[in-house]
Amino acid sequence: MAFDFSQDTVKAWRRENGRVGVRNHVLILPVDDISNAACEAVANNVKGTMAIPHAYGRLQFGEDLDLHFRTIIGTGANPNVAAVVVIGIEPEWTKTIVDGIAATGKPVEGFWIEQNGDFETIRRASWKAKEYVQWATELQKEDCPVTDLWVSTKCGESDTTTGLSSCPTVGNMYDKLLPHGLYGVFGETSEITGAEHICEKRAANPEAAAKFMKTWQAYTDDVIEQFKTSDLSDSQPTKGNILGGLSTIEEKALGNLEKIGRTSTYIDVLEPAEAPAKGNGLYFMDTSSAAAECVTLMAAAGYVIHTFPTGQGNVVGNPIVPVIKISGNPRTLRTMSEHIDVDVTGVLRRDMTIDQAGDSLIEMIKRTANGRLTCAEALGHREFSMTKLYRSA
Amino acid sequence: MTANTHPQLLVHDKVDNVGVVVVEGLTAGTDMLCVCTEDNSDFRLTAKADIPIGHKVALKDMAEGDTVTKYGEDIGRMVGRAELGGHVHTHNMKTKRW
Repeated sequence: MAFDFSQDTVKAWRRENGRVGVRNHVLILPVDDISNAACEAVANNVKGTMAIPHAYGRLQFGEDLDLHFRTIIGTGANPNVAAVVVIGIEPEWTKTIVDGIAATGKPVEGFWIEQNGDFETIRRASWKAKEYVQWATELQKEDCPVTDLWVSTKCGESDTTTGLSSCPTVGNMYDKLLPHGLYGVFGETSEITGAEHICEKRAANPEAAAKFMKTWQAYTDDVIEQFKTSDLSDSQPTKGNILGGLSTIEEKALGNLEKIGRTSTYIDVLEPAEAPAKGNGLYFMDTSSAAAECVTLMAAAGYVIHTFPTGQGNVVGNPIVPVIKISGNPRTLRTMSEHIDVDVTGVLRRDMTIDQAGDSLIEMIKRTANGRLTCAEALGHREFSMTKLYRSA
Repeated sequence: MTANTHPQLLVHDKVDNVGVVVVEGLTAGTDMLCVCTEDNSDFRLTAKADIPIGHKVALKDMAEGDTVTKYGEDIGRMVGRAELGGHVHTHNMKTKRW
């Protein structure tokens, strides 16, 4: 008889909008690339805050600009963030970001560099950052149901062991927790290629199925057909995938889909970084299969813990979301165990069942929510990679 | 469970024509314990090559043009041949997608 996790609680922060956060970051968030230096200076002045430098934010337009705003606002709005200092080059887009984050009810204030210079901006933003961090560090954790968490998934440096062990471990976790109120999300549009007909059937309703196929087809038509070379220049599967024994995209896709378990179905399809709006359950998000880009988009959609199966050993982390690594590959556990939080090598030896592996992942989700640093956090992995849709103006 | 009952090869589905090596350092001539994860049934097969962990082994003689089946699904086609117990990978199989 499996454990019943539906009544389990974790100690976490209940935010102003009711969402549950498992980290308590005070962010110094740049609107654009040229504000990175000021943000890093503020984070250096005020301990316990974190700057998230990134590469974009100027001369973007249309859908690409919408995605930039959605990603930056979503990152600040994530429940793992207590308060935000926003710095941009000029006041208008800075205000767009501040207003977007303020909708959550959390403390946020914007500063801009034009007519102030870096020095004056850093001085004023540092005072606000100090106020926020001293306020945030007094916030108390409370008991929150584990099923109030939003848990995302994406695998990386996959091999044939991920489809046998670590991906079905995540799927088992979802099968157990989604029916009790958890929010889940999976994505990796290009990587579903080869199993799109199976993914289509895992929709909870015909609208979600049609939306998924439209999203997948658009990616194939607009990106793959336009830019493809023979075998996608060996990008999909990646060189690491091939070293690990994966031969084709179909084989990789079928292993990938093991992450949504046996009984779970997705209720809607999300744009990149779009917050789910149809209640609890599983969602598909249109994302790249590149690890840092995908985790960044899911964090911006509001997910607070990421579960990351790996075979050959992807080391990705995220600045605001703890990334839990799961691996069943004994060579990876032997050579790079400092990166792996949940060891499911027993599944390949047949002395651990998928049901037991799923339980061990749920235990690690609870421990992580209660404050245990993940391997990626302990090792300082803070990859924040914005998805860019096309060239700037 | 003792070490000598640990399988060297796992197969997802009864209809699959390839399995996956799950131990390091597998050498040609090894009498492999093979387990089908679908129903825990087992069989034995001799490896015909040194095959790295994670790589696939043919469960029957396979010829150019044959469909490779794993998870009970089509994962590509043979572009070369593989004998029973031989190595199946990018040198003798390819996607049907691009």
